[in-house]
Amino acid sequence: MTELTHLTIAEARDGLKAKSFSATELAKAHIDAIEKARALNAYVLETPEKALSMAKASDERLAKSEGGALEGIPLGIKDLFCTDGVESTAGSKILKGFKPPYESTVTQNLWNDGAVMLGKLNMDEFAMGSSNETSAFGPVVSPWRRQGSNVSAGAAGAIEGTHLVPGGSSGGSAAAVAAHLCLGATATDTGGSIRQPAAFTGTVGIKPTYGRVSRWGTVAFASSLDQAGPITRTVRDSAIMLRSMSGADPKDTTCVDLPVPDFEAAVSRGVKGLKIGIPKEYRIDGMSPEIEKLWQQGTEWLRAAGAEIVEVSLPHTKYALPAYYIVAPAEASSNLARYDGVRYGIRENGKDIVAMYEKTRAAGFGREVKRRIMIGTYVLSAGYYDAYYVRAQKIRTLIKRDFEEVYAKGVHAILTPATPSAAFGIGEKGSGDPVEMYLNDIFTVTVNMAGLPGIAVPAGLDAQGLPLGLQLIGRAFDEETLFAAGQVIEDSAGRVTLPGAWWAGA
Amino acid sequence: MSVDQKTVRRIAHLARIAVQEEDVPHLQGELNAILSFVEQLNEVNVEGVEPMTSVTPMVMKKRQDGITDGENAAKVLMNAPAREDDFFVVPKVIE
Repeated sequence: MTELTHLTIAEARDGLKAKSFSATELAKAHIDAIEKARALNAYVLETPEKALSMAKASDERLAKSEGGALEGIPLGIKDLFCTDGVESTAGSKILKGFKPPYESTVTQNLWNDGAVMLGKLNMDEFAMGSSNETSAFGPVVSPWRRQGSNVSAGAAGAIEGTHLVPGGSSGGSAAAVAAHLCLGATATDTGGSIRQPAAFTGTVGIKPTYGRVSRWGTVAFASSLDQAGPITRTVRDSAIMLRSMSGADPKDTTCVDLPVPDFEAAVSRGVKGLKIGIPKEYRIDGMSPEIEKLWQQGTEWLRAAGAEIVEVSLPHTKYALPAYYIVAPAEASSNLARYDGVRYGIRENGKDIVAMYEKTRAAGFGREVKRRIMIGTYVLSAGYYDAYYVRAQKIRTLIKRDFEEVYAKGVHAILTPATPSAAFGIGEKGSGDPVEMYLNDIFTVTVNMAGLPGIAVPAGLDAQGLPLGLQLIGRAFDEETLFAAGQVIEDSAGRVTLPGAWWAGA
Repeated sequence: MSVDQKTVRRIAHLARIAVQEEDVPHLQGELNAILSFVEQLNEVNVEGVEPMTSVTPMVMKKRQDGITDGENAAKVLMNAPAREDDFFVVPKVIE
């Protein structure tokens, strides 16, 4: 039998129903794997007791042939989701010790369906980053290594050598799923934070349409862009998990009152008769030949499965990333104003209340967060608001219009690369110029700006043996087509062989 | 557009973030790198384009204007760095 930690969610669900193993055994196998993988720093908080008590309750329901869609399935939760009575920090020092007295809608939906919580996952601070290097808990080590690299499990529980980043901001989620430390994980995506780490780790990540998933109880970064979604090892698992996460919520007025489709049923639909667009503007200068080849390969796979391939144009693509770096920091500067040392988190005392605010925020926020709050404050300040913020929102209208025009011509989905490169090493990017790191999101950020759904699916390996992903972008509220087309890519590419537990000796 | 060091200090104060004097030059460099990156937006003709206000066109949900929550002082205050009875405590604001 396959190791319990190596099952897919679909296999585990079926095995639990058939009583081939118990939810408690499944939880224990994961708790054990997590303990041996502490050197990866994927979990910032392990909750083994909670996991075992939730698994016990699942076993009782399963014994009576009851239970929800995720009954007994052990999951990791990104630390951006507030979890009742369990420390939730958003990867920031400023929320140290914060134990929410409430549960986020997304996690509550998962628990209502029977899922089991293994712990909280590392992430870039306030989800601001593309490498998980901005976390107050330190970086996450990717389970992937370049061929012939010197990275190994050293003595004293440390990793030796220059390791790779898992991507970000959902770096802990992606690493935990790829390293078999959970069957699936929650993640969030404001500019690419689900899809980029999924592509870097050979996992599947979907950012649903804006409004598909409730944002209530999820720490806010940029409210008009933030959406939660799952990271899993297969397209089918992604469909299963997203269905449980989604749904109308009276606590979030931007969460739509639409029925949630049976996403899993869409997985086997195929792409026969679908029109898939290839946007010429994504063929950027200096794109690596490997990415180019992968994209071409993906196009061929979809064509071979019966899709019609058409070239399309999204003329404002190149302006999405600069517009994002006005809109997202502006919204962040406003959202993060709440961290003032009064109601929760840390406080640094000062001579008066303003000094207390300033010292608290200086001590609590990391460099990247401070930088983005300051940019946001500047672009919203008197005299600059129209030149920066209003202009960026107008450009956002144009970016969305580009997609609408393509979809109006009968295109069902758009195929692009997920990232401009494979994973890079820690400390390799963005130390001098922050924009170098931002360029990671060049293919993913347009999707957030237009509020559309996007999925990243592993499609192959580069010359160094590292995973590369393709992205499919869909029409608003048509995640089903993404699951159908994503499954064609997964079937054609073959499932990625994830790395073995080389870290377990550390 | 680019910012000078005086502006960096002003933004930091507006953002309520204390900045050490020795950090001002590198902050200035980083902010200017971002501002120069977004400069390319000026190439786009936005004449007559409406700024986006809602990414998904939808009618705002409404609910009954009634009390749905409350009377939870203990929960509201449980994470406060400083409190006295059912109040948050802050440095003196009014002389």
